[in-house]
Amino acid sequence: MKLVLNKDVMSIEKEQDVVPFRNRVKEYAVKIGMSLVNQTKLITAASELVRNMLKYGGGGVTIIEVISQGRDNGIRLVFQDKGPGIKDISLAMKDGYSSGKSLGIGLPGAKRLVNEFDIKSTLGEGTTVSIIKWKNG
Amino acid sequence: MKTDIAKLLQKKKKQLLESWMTKQLSDAMLREDLMSNEELREQSNEFLDELLKAVATNHVEDINAPAYEQVKEVLSGISISRAKQGFSPRETGIYVFSLKEAIQQVLKEEISDDIQLLYQTTLSFNKLLDSLGVVTFETYIKGREEVIMRQTDEITEISTPVIQVWEGILALPIIGTLDSARTQVVMENLLQEIVETGSTIAILDISGVPAVDSLVAQHLIKTVAATRLMGAECIISGIRPEIAQTVVHLGIDLSNIVTKSSLASALKYAFGMLKLEVKKNHKEKTTE
Amino acid sequence: MERIPILRMGKFLLVTIQIDLYDRLATNLEADLVQMVNKTGARGVLIDISALSIVDSFMGRILGNIGSMSKIMDAETVVVGMQPAVAITLIELGLELKGVHTALNVEKGMELLKTRIDAEDEEIIEEEDEAGTE
Ligand SMILES: Nc1ncnc2c1ncn2[C@@H]1O[C@H](COP(=O)(O)OP(=O)(O)OP(=O)(O)O)[C@@H](O)[C@H]1O
Ligand SMILES: [Mg+2]
Repeated sequence: MKLVLNKDVMSIEKEQDVVPFRNRVKEYAVKIGMSLVNQTKLITAASELVRNMLKYGGGGVTIIEVISQGRDNGIRLVFQDKGPGIKDISLAMKDGYSSGKSLGIGLPGAKRLVNEFDIKSTLGEGTTVSIIKWKNG
Repeated sequence: MKTDIAKLLQKKKKQLLESWMTKQLSDAMLREDLMSNEELREQSNEFLDELLKAVATNHVEDINAPAYEQVKEVLSGISISRAKQGFSPRETGIYVFSLKEAIQQVLKEEISDDIQLLYQTTLSFNKLLDSLGVVTFETYIKGREEVIMRQTDEITEISTPVIQVWEGILALPIIGTLDSARTQVVMENLLQEIVETGSTIAILDISGVPAVDSLVAQHLIKTVAATRLMGAECIISGIRPEIAQTVVHLGIDLSNIVTKSSLASALKYAFGMLKLEVKKNHKEKTTE
Repeated sequence: MERIPILRMGKFLLVTIQIDLYDRLATNLEADLVQMVNKTGARGVLIDISALSIVDSFMGRILGNIGSMSKIMDAETVVVGMQPAVAITLIELGLELKGVHTALNVEKGMELLKTRIDAEDEEIIEEEDEAGTE
């Protein structure tokens, strides 16, 4: 069972919101004593997802949570947008696939950087991505 | 009625503690090397205090009642510290179970006139102490797990030494299997050391790695790639013939990586990169 | 508008990124650098990222772009000072930073640029020599 110890909500509307959001994530990761490498992985994944949210979802809301399971602590991040949604999730998750002439490594790369990754999307309604990085994961 | 029992036990606390201590001390396996008798007495006294306090609240059988929080905490503390100090499960178990005997004894002496009550009370206390026994084991095992985890960490640390073999050259002999957790540690240590020493060449020696499958190869390739991103070069040495065979059979592409059969030849190659030369001294012996 | 300063040092341009950039700042840097390479005829570009705590795919792409664009204009790019945690993360993310060289620090980056440019210039001189003797 995962317990939520702390919760913070930030809305992301413009690219200037990205750096403050990353800093907030970093604060929480430092607070729970996450190692530098894991912090860096988490923040990089967060950066990818928040960027997708801005670029394809027209902005949205992020939730930052400190969670605990057994004796492990971690950070859960949720990215929620009300954009067009993703038609083919397994295609979007492929390395190198991009509808925006980019590298197409944001989603699959973010998944590799964290311990748990969950994506849900409904066409016309929006996309929600949720990730967890454990302190020692 | 229960409160009467609680009062009774409170009154007999001194006797109870003595009898419990005697039982603990009479165990032939008692580890006086790990804990002095005074310490043991103090610990037992504290625990007994908490237990009697909780019993006085009328919940004898239900250790999940809030009144038992403190009891469980004290007991967990004792069990965890015993696990860490190296007590055996038997020694840790006897601690609680000998208290059961001591309580039974007091009850038997004090309420011998009411068999029904004696039976009921003994039953309740047995159940209580059995539950506490379970708590002891749970926390004892948790304590052992922590010890094991710490040791695992230490072993990973120890087994990935980074050695500076020359100015600008680091060597990292890997011994044992290279899994992803280990690779993580290797990478972190190596890259950190590269920054600290300003070395531009790292030699990863895998002669102590029993087998290289595609996963291990992936890990090696990642380590080399990370080293290059930092601006240093990474050579892999210690490629035994068997490893060369499996690598090719598995279709793993190592062509982008500098590989050498031995640490010595990797070192020679590294010297070459740094434009260094090792020469034999031909000077004539003058002492004759 | 806020911009990252670009320093000119002889044949080289030096950029020290001291803060985590938001996107517009990074895109500006790309444009400014390419302009500068053109204007100054610089042969090398040195980007110090030792203060960057993360490099995501966006920043990675900008660095790669700078490398490729400079290359077309005959300048080499070296990215120096990447933090170990950043390097490990980039590998896991799947970014290779093609088109740029890397070095441990500014000093080593300079050395690298010098040897590369000297080597190129020597080739040219040799070619000229051969042409002259015929
Ligand atoms: N929040 C979102 N809403 C709608 N579509 C999305 C969203 N996130 C991702 N996608 C779609 O999934 C594709 C893959 O995303 P991914 O982040 O892997 O690559 P990218 O953003 O195109 O490139 P990169 O992240 O490498 O710059 C995107 O091109 C886009 O079509
Ligand atoms: Mg993306």
